[in-house]
Parts: sequence; C-alpha cells; structure tokens
Amino acid sequence: MQTLDLSEIGLREVNKTLHAQAENTNQTAWTIENARGSHAIACGLDAPIEVTVKGSTGYYCGGMNQQATINVHGSAGPGTGENIMSGKIVIEGDASQYLGATGHGGLIVVKGNASSRCGISMKGVNIVVQGNIGHMSAFMGQSGNLVVLGDAGDALGDSCYEARFFVRGSVKSLGADCEKKEMRPEHIEFLKEILAEAELDADPSEFTRYGSARNLYNFDVDNAGAY
Amino acid sequence: MCGIVGLFLKDKALEPQLGAMLTDMLITMTDRGPDSAGIAIYGDESEGKAKLTVQSDTPEEDFDKLKGALKKEIKGDVDIKVNSTHAVLEIRADQVAAARAALKEIRPNVRVMSRGDTLEIYKEVGLPKDVAARFNVSAMAGTHGIGHTRMATESAVTTMGAHPFNTGDDQCLVHNGSLSNHNSLRRKLRRDGVHIETENDTEVGAAYLTWRMNQGATLGEALESSLEDLDGFFTFVVGTKDGFGVVRDPIACKPAVMAETDQYVAFGSEYRALVNLPGIENARVWEPEPATVYFWSHTTPTPSEKAA
Repeated sequence: MQTLDLSEIGLREVNKTLHAQAENTNQTAWTIENARGSHAIACGLDAPIEVTVKGSTGYYCGGMNQQATINVHGSAGPGTGENIMSGKIVIEGDASQYLGATGHGGLIVVKGNASSRCGISMKGVNIVVQGNIGHMSAFMGQSGNLVVLGDAGDALGDSCYEARFFVRGSVKSLGADCEKKEMRPEHIEFLKEILAEAELDADPSEFTRYGSARNLYNFDVDNAGAY
Repeated sequence: MCGIVGLFLKDKALEPQLGAMLTDMLITMTDRGPDSAGIAIYGDESEGKAKLTVQSDTPEEDFDKLKGALKKEIKGDVDIKVNSTHAVLEIRADQVAAARAALKEIRPNVRVMSRGDTLEIYKEVGLPKDVAARFNVSAMAGTHGIGHTRMATESAVTTMGAHPFNTGDDQCLVHNGSLSNHNSLRRKLRRDGVHIETENDTEVGAAYLTWRMNQGATLGEALESSLEDLDGFFTFVVGTKDGFGVVRDPIACKPAVMAETDQYVAFGSEYRALVNLPGIENARVWEPEPATVYFWSHTTPTPSEKAA
C-alpha cells in the first residue's frame, strides 16, 4: 500500500504519481490522505490501480477515469467522475451535482444521495445510487443506466435518448419525453448483475424502468413548444 | 463564480473566535472570488444605541474630527471606531436618520455600509486575505457572520459592488450567481422611490428584499417571493440580527454546502471552506435543497429548517 499525503505534497504531485503508473504496475493499492475537499483528486487515471481517498473531495474527483477503481471515504463534490470512460468510482457518502456527467463507461456507486443533474448527458456510464437523486437527473442521457434505490427528483430523464433509468422509490416528475416502461426479464437480469457489481442489496422486481418516449427525436412541428 | 461563507454559533464559547474562523473560511474561497471581499459581523450591542458602519476612500480626511462635527449636527452622543477605510459610528437609535442626513451634508464622500444594532459590514476591493488583514477581521468577536469573495460578472469591481449588501436594519445579503432581470427590476424599484446606487445586480436583489419588507413582508416572505420575481442564478445567504437564512434558485447551479454540529451551523460555497471548523469530521453535512428557504435563529428554541 502506497500512501500520498495531499496536504504535504500537493495535488499536482499526487496526480502525477498516479498518472505514472503503467498498465503492469506492481503498486496497485494507493491511499490519498487529507483530501480536505480539494479539487480534481485522482483525475485522468489510466491504470488498473485502486485508489482510496480519505475524506471528502471537491470538484471533479476521478474525472476522465480509465481502468482505475477510486473509493471516496467521504462525500464527493460537483462533477465527480465527469466523463468517466471505464473503471469504478465508489462514494461512501453523498455526491454533489452533475455526478458522472457525459460518462462514456465504467461504474459509479454512491452509498448516500446524489444531488441534481446526476448522470447528465450520460453516454454509456452505469450509475447506482443507494439513496435519492436530485432534479434534472440524466438530462439528455444518451446511453448507459441510472439505477436509484431511493427516490428521484423533478424532471427525471428530460430530453433523454437511449439511456435507461431504474428507480425503486418515487419519481417526483418525469422530464419532457421521458416515460414509464415495462420491466422485461432482461431488465431484471441486468439489475441483478449491476447491483451485485455495486455490492448493494435490493430486489430487482421492486424497480420501475423509465426511458425515452422517442417523440422528440425528429423535429415535428406539433412538438415545437417542447423544444 | 463567487464564494460565500457563513457561520452561526450555537456555542457561546466560540464567539471570541468568530472572526478568526470566518477569516480562514473566507481566504479558502479566494479562487472563487479574488476581486473583492467583504464580511458582515454581528457583534455586541449597547442598549438604545445603533451602529452605522461608514466607508471613505479618503479616511484620513473624512474621519478626522468627524465625531465632533456629527455630534454638533445631531446634538447627541457619537462614538467612533475607525478601522482602516471604515468607521463604526455609535449613536442613539432614534438619531440614525438624522445622522445619515447630516453625514450627507458634512461628509459627502462617506458612504453608509450598514446600519443596525449589532451588524457591522466591512468590504473592499482586493484579495480576501488582504481585505481581512486590513480590517483585522480575525480579532472580531460575534454571534454570527457572513463573508463573501467576489468574482465580478455583472458590474465593475468597486467597493460599492462588493458584498455583503445591507438590506434593512441588521439585515444583509450576499449572492453567488447573476441576476438577469436586474435592469428592469431596478427601473421598477426606482420608480417606487427605492434608492439604488450602482449598476450591480446584487444591490437590486438587496433593494428588492428591502422594498418587500417595507411593504410589510417578513424576510422569509420576501425570500419566498424572490423565487418568483428574480430571474437568474442565485444562492443567497441573508444575515439577520438573530441568525441567518439560505435560499437557492430552483435550478440550483450555484453550489452550497452546509454543516451543523452542536456548536455551530456553517455555510460554504464548497466543502473546502469548512474543513478547519472544529468537529467537522462528525458534522452533519448536506446541500440545501433548491427553491427552499432555510433559517437558523438564536431566538427560536430549537435551530430549525423552515421548508418553503
């Protein structure tokens, strides 16, 4: 286990050290101490390493992540996991707004609640939230899955494309062109897998699926008011 | 961008350290607002007396012999504490209006930053650490306070464009965001006789709250109606004699983090601003909900959140 003290060596040194890890590095376990809400911790990693961040993080922790597993032992600030490509981010506390924005792949797990705009413009990332999510989540979501064990706020999936949303609790309101959909066996199967991967316990049959009604895909003058 | 910090103390033992704690929080928010900084601090109170905090760009001239000159004008007691470009005038509560009128005559370049029983506002252009050092904020004591670091977007970087803004007796407002209907609202308020000094958007927000309260609304009601009448992005923190309130616009793009322990309620634009507070590791930390008015008060028996 390698330990990096952020308050001692600073952010550039921490991230440079992690970026220097090659595909086949033997130093696979890293701990970052004294996060103290700093921005851009463990951004742009591209190696199969596991990084544990002690404390809460600020903006953009784990942004653009590839391959790495990042555990935040605290809460995470705005834009955590933005544009994640692969790998995994696990947040023990809450996540602030626009978690996993534009993420292309990988998995983000939040043990607490996620704030507004969770998964905005998601492009393939899977996001699992044990608590609730805020308003305008998955706005313009294109691909990937947003799984919520609690409740969703206003305007879920507004103007979404082919991203899928599974909510166990209530949805305060659905966004434009987002609708409730039937749960087919493949969806139950998917939830079983993703919940196992997220190490969360929930009954897949209790979830409701939501997704695009596909009415806003092409311009239709009757929908002009909705654009 | 802009940075907001706020601290409401429940534990009286922390009161002598209020200024020091706020200064540390404020300086952490420097990269959110390096243009100017300000602080509203709720300190001690003298029975029957009110405080006018005033500012001058030429304090040596303006504050020289001000005590005697003002005394003569209002025919009442005046105490003056000069602090860099600011001075706190303590006068009889019923002579505030007379003192303001007199100041206009005898010291036309002096500007009133705040009025109230306990509130003092200090703000200037410059880096937060320099502004805090200039006024020696870290030595100030008080029950609660609000600080702001400004990155100007809507108007010029000037002392009068800095936050906090005084909205009424012992009330102040700080703002992170930008109001988009401030020009039309300013015209409307000016037509109604409201004095608005600058082209700054937040001053209009502050004037709006004052105007609503002059019409009989409580601060809570004024904040509620601001959600309807103000267009744009805002996280507002308001200070009152008893405590502070927080409200975010319904979109809630502008960040806000709160922390509460048995000793205090703290507000920060980012969690970073809160990391040196005592016991923060075990504090309840959360984000205030959009379009919801929150208040903490020393006079309510239990610190409570009031949902909109």
